[in-house]
Amino acid sequence: MFSLEGFLDLPLIWYALIATAVFLYVLLDGFDLGVGILFPFAPTDQCRDAMMNSVAPFWDGNETWLVLGGGGLLAAFPLAYAVLMPAFYIPVIVMLLGLIFRGVAFEFRFKARENTRWIWDYSFHFGSLAAAFMQGVIIGAFVQGVEVAGRSYAGGAFDWLNAYSLMTGVAVIFGYALLGATWLVMKTEDLTRQWAAKTASYTLIYQALFLAAVSISMPAINSDIRQLWFSLPNVFFLAPLPGASAVLIVLIWRGLRRGKEIGPFLMSFGLFFTGYLGIAISMWPYLVPFEITFRQAAAAPGSQSLLLVGTVVLLPVILAYVGYCYYIFRGKVSGENGYY
Amino acid sequence: MLEHLDPVFLARVQFAFTVSFHILFPSFTIGLASWLAVLEWRWLRTGKQVYADVYKMWVKIFAVTFGMGVVSGVVLSFQFGTNWSIFSDAGGNIIGPLLGYEVLTAFFLEASFLGIMLFGWNRVSPRLHFAATVIVAAGTLVSAFWILSANSWMQTPTGFRVGEHGLLYPTDWLAVIFNPSFPYRFVHMVTAAYLTTAFTVAGIGAFYLWQKRHIAHARVMLGMAMIMAIFVAPLQLLFGDMHGLNTFAHQPAKVAAMEGLWETTRGAPLVLFGWPDQEAEITRYAVEVPKLSSLILTHSLDGEVRGLKAWPENERPPAAVVFWTFRIMVGLGLLMIATGVAAIVLYFRKRLFDARWFQYWCMALTPAGFVAVLAGWFVTEVGRQPWIVQGVLRTSDAVSPVMAQSVALSLAAFIVVYLFVFGAGTYYILHLINKGPEDGEGVYGAHGMDQPPLVTDVARKKGGRHVQS
Repeated sequence: MFSLEGFLDLPLIWYALIATAVFLYVLLDGFDLGVGILFPFAPTDQCRDAMMNSVAPFWDGNETWLVLGGGGLLAAFPLAYAVLMPAFYIPVIVMLLGLIFRGVAFEFRFKARENTRWIWDYSFHFGSLAAAFMQGVIIGAFVQGVEVAGRSYAGGAFDWLNAYSLMTGVAVIFGYALLGATWLVMKTEDLTRQWAAKTASYTLIYQALFLAAVSISMPAINSDIRQLWFSLPNVFFLAPLPGASAVLIVLIWRGLRRGKEIGPFLMSFGLFFTGYLGIAISMWPYLVPFEITFRQAAAAPGSQSLLLVGTVVLLPVILAYVGYCYYIFRGKVSGENGYY
Repeated sequence: MLEHLDPVFLARVQFAFTVSFHILFPSFTIGLASWLAVLEWRWLRTGKQVYADVYKMWVKIFAVTFGMGVVSGVVLSFQFGTNWSIFSDAGGNIIGPLLGYEVLTAFFLEASFLGIMLFGWNRVSPRLHFAATVIVAAGTLVSAFWILSANSWMQTPTGFRVGEHGLLYPTDWLAVIFNPSFPYRFVHMVTAAYLTTAFTVAGIGAFYLWQKRHIAHARVMLGMAMIMAIFVAPLQLLFGDMHGLNTFAHQPAKVAAMEGLWETTRGAPLVLFGWPDQEAEITRYAVEVPKLSSLILTHSLDGEVRGLKAWPENERPPAAVVFWTFRIMVGLGLLMIATGVAAIVLYFRKRLFDARWFQYWCMALTPAGFVAVLAGWFVTEVGRQPWIVQGVLRTSDAVSPVMAQSVALSLAAFIVVYLFVFGAGTYYILHLINKGPEDGEGVYGAHGMDQPPLVTDVARKKGGRHVQS
């Protein structure tokens, strides 16, 4: 049976690919979850229609990156998948329930009568909120480590729950809200745009505070990370990250002030990138911190090879047509644009 | 109370519940996507407004159903890990890439082009819009290909070896993907999805005819559905029979449960009805046709069919569930064939669209496809028990090390949420059906275009002849 093991460092390639898929998920579903998080705070119903219309053609494709991240983890690192899913059983289930409510709201809201539309407005909001919060909780619990015995999760049902993971949960809510708000600045006009620009500024302040809190607390709560961060030469690789974050925050702030439309959204992506990279470097080389490395969790070389061949061929195609879809639905949306 | 719960049992119930709910949506959308592609093609070819109206009505139903399919499917993609982590660890080398390919080849395609299909009317050309519909339809079939490959491999595993820690390693990918039962299961499922759509559409077309409204649209619905029933329902019997023979060759214990047969018999009778009793190891109150089972399965009147007692007690599937769901599936299939035959007779008597009894009949059969699909999946999945991977890994050994309470609470949450959310979805679909197609308000008309551009192209090619819209 064919295997590319002799030519390529398969586990490393897959580590990079899964990390990329998860990051693309965070960015893309991040902004449409953010729109849901901000939904009830919009000034008018027309604004809400515009907000919904701005993400309706994309949310399904965005969420597919989550399925790719999960499915890819099962395919490329089954051991990590088998340990992490039971470890985060409750947050994963709550996230899924949130995604159910949010996903159906897109279709149901436009079908509901006036007097029951609020059910789907709140489904959209609380579903997005729950999904974002639980994703943040999972990240917060993840960086603190997972208990493992043999090839299985060995901790309790509530190991993920502590003050730190709750804090990262809230942090992700504000992070997604920033993505959502800057997206709306780019995609909407008039009242919605003005409101979104103001909201983006507020959420940016919170985002900056949470980023600082996470950066300070990560080495404080974990000695492995402390050693990793403050030992040579790592410190030189890591130091640019908080610096870059600070610059991006200032640039986003200035961009919003000057009425820029695309810049703040793209720079919010950048802000997420620095944060994500910081976590990825801190966790290296673990996939199940601090128990199982990506090499230990790797699937059989034959399995990683088979899927890699398909990924190399299909991923550029996918990115091309996803980009094409964003191109087709480019430009501003309005509340009156209606549903097909 | 919660501490006495069995996590294996709860995980099974949870998976059965979530997967049964989920399977209803793709069963419908696979057929519906293909039908929408045919409708749009008919519209672009003929320029007849009625096809556009029917498309516009059903694409909304498609969107609601597809949305519910997506969210319930995301749940399943994580449940392998949350509830069946030992299986994920052991089988990940094989199942993982198959599911990975499903995401790469189908999910992104469907999700991206669905956006164009629903929202792209006044942003892309009709040709491209049609292409989007076709791509979504193709995506549903590609998705079915991979998921049925993965499922079939769990039924008839080939192309692998068992390694350290009981992990399964692929040795031959072609043997994994095209495992012995895959072609039969794939064809049987896709055909089932087409029939599910056909009978839903037929029932709703019949409903309009019965109410004497949307007559032109209803004739398109009922007519096209009956073409499907006439040709495909008998084919499905053939495919089902081939699938059954394949199961007899590779999973004889499942067939013994389907037949309610306990003793290994030469010239085994076909048990029409009865009650398989797992404890007493007999099928009570059996109504039998002598030797027919042997004839069907071995093509010989006294061929040998193994009974359930040929396997140790802990390797027998629960016979009563398999026995009865199999009869429900086959019974509904036979009713579908009968409907096709009736449609032919009525068509030649020119009564297809106005025989009242036939309208009632079609309305009554509206959910037939869904029930048959569910029953069929119960046959194949319960029939595989006690194995999660036939002969390799037991279901009871595959469950996650999570507390029964967690599984119980999440199961309760799934039940409440699914009933509420998918109940609401069903309500909106019924609402859309009750509203019916909108006469003459074509898809393009809504955006200020009088005629679809492609139709004028067609008209020009025909020498400028006016094409009725």
